[in-house]
Amino acid sequence: MTVSFDGRVVRPGWKLQVDGLDIGEGVTAVIGANGTGKTTLGRAVAGLDRLASGRLEIAGAVADDPAAGVFVPAHRRRVAMVFQDLRLFGHLRVIDNVAFGLRRAGAGRAGARRQAAALLERVGVDSAAWQRRPAALSGGQRQRVAVARALAPEPEVLIVDEPLASVDSSGRASLRALIDGSPARHTLLITHDPVDVATLAERVVVLDGAAVASRGSAAEVTASPGCEWAASFLGANVVPGRAHGTSVTTGTGLVLTVASEADGPVYVTFPAHAVTLHHDRPGGSARNAWQAELERVDLDGERARVHLAGPLAVRADITRRSADELELRPGLTVWASLKATELTVVT
Amino acid sequence: MSSPTRVRAEAGTGPRPAGRLPAAVTWVGLVALGLLLLPVVGLLQRAPWSALPSILGESEVLEALRVSLIVSLAAAAACIVLGLPLALVLARRRLRFPRIVRAVVMLPMVLPPVVAGTALLFALGRRGLVGQRLDSWFGVSLPFTTAGSVVAAAFVALPFFVVTVEAALRQAGDGLDEAAATLGAGAWATMAHVTLPTIRPALAVGTALAWARALGEFGATLTFAGSFPGRTRTLPLETYLALERDPEAAVAISLVLMAVALAVLVTLRDRWMPR
Repeated sequence: MTVSFDGRVVRPGWKLQVDGLDIGEGVTAVIGANGTGKTTLGRAVAGLDRLASGRLEIAGAVADDPAAGVFVPAHRRRVAMVFQDLRLFGHLRVIDNVAFGLRRAGAGRAGARRQAAALLERVGVDSAAWQRRPAALSGGQRQRVAVARALAPEPEVLIVDEPLASVDSSGRASLRALIDGSPARHTLLITHDPVDVATLAERVVVLDGAAVASRGSAAEVTASPGCEWAASFLGANVVPGRAHGTSVTTGTGLVLTVASEADGPVYVTFPAHAVTLHHDRPGGSARNAWQAELERVDLDGERARVHLAGPLAVRADITRRSADELELRPGLTVWASLKATELTVVT
Repeated sequence: MSSPTRVRAEAGTGPRPAGRLPAAVTWVGLVALGLLLLPVVGLLQRAPWSALPSILGESEVLEALRVSLIVSLAAAAACIVLGLPLALVLARRRLRFPRIVRAVVMLPMVLPPVVAGTALLFALGRRGLVGQRLDSWFGVSLPFTTAGSVVAAAFVALPFFVVTVEAALRQAGDGLDEAAATLGAGAWATMAHVTLPTIRPALAVGTALAWARALGEFGATLTFAGSFPGRTRTLPLETYLALERDPEAAVAISLVLMAVALAVLVTLRDRWMPR
């Protein structure tokens, strides 16, 4: 069972082109900078935007195929959506918001409310709030109501559009658990949060320039993110430069030695943990070494993320102990080194 | 009625309005307010308070009241039945010539009522464009009947309903409709369970405005439906006739109509005035 998307969505002055994207079961994260078409992709799957050309199949059934004159309207697709702005029904009580989809599917009022109550309990909405209007609830509670409402009609596909944008960090973890335990066969998670990708996503789709820039498992996409935005999003360093064989000249003139050959403008990407720091010029096998000015050190548990200025603005992840032993402090000049094999060249 | 006190309070306390607004502007503004207030005062000053119950109990007045209620309520109902779909189309469909369509919708608001009545006569009259077919095919003739009064009143009142409801629909947007669709609601279910409940206040306001306009309708009704006692003679027409026969009665009926208008305004003030 997959959702397969192959086509284009056209809006005034803008289009999204998706070639042969198969979304398997489980959670697929959709990432990309603003305006790259993440929401449009979700809306097209939900049936809120039509394809201009191409074909969309959901679980083996054609949902949209303009050439064949097929368009299954949104209310006949088993695709539910948690909208970025939630869109709860202000005139309905919380419990009737959740019961809405069940009622449309033909459930009686009492039965629908019973199921809605069970769902609200599962997502952790306080029962005192069930008879209130959504406007009386906190942002985090409203978000849970929106998730419960979308899950109620047992959709085949659940689309969650930037769900965590307006929730504090404690609420995020439990919402993640909710999405992780979602009974929907396919979950499309449109997100700006790297942690979502790391913790929830079985697959990642990167959109850039209104097209798919990269796709695959989180590890695959991190290794070849397909665009600068996704590369930095996924924690990697991105350095633009010009390649000549196995040398890449960066904007400041520093030449990096890489393991693969390329020619012309490229991005060199490498994970933050691949950078090592030294007080003296390092010997050994590392092909790349340069002197950098230490800008700032961010401590995160046992990890220290070191921000370097100088010929390359990069991030280096080292252990906190190393940071202590090296006595790192802003303004210090250190040597940074990188093995050529750690560098990925993206053309 | 709170405006004059507010103007004075601001002029006295807030340095900004007093400093930036030339005094003459304030004075002319107050004169304009007086112009609006004067007729009300004139009416109240001439009101035959003690004779009011007996005047309003006269059979002509009661009959006109009955006609007025029937005509205005039927016109308000027609505004809902016809105006709601029109407002939905204007707010949700992409129209080919939106400016022209909108101008047509607003036309009765700015058209002199007599012109409206004349136009209706040539459209729906016995020899009118549509009227002659109504007559020859169905034997229906609208002019000079209660139904004709309803048509005239609905014609002038319709824009008030449509404009109010369309504005509310635009403000609400179609986000909730989309959410309903993803939850399995078809077009009818979405309209019934989401779109209309969301704009319920605007539906009430639009209906009240349309009803008040229909209740006060004079020119179009007189031109198109005439002034037949018990059939088309509404309260405003009765007022006009009474002015020659019995000025006190005219004042009395005017007071009733003014009270109704004020009641509508006061009821709607919170929702309607802030815009």
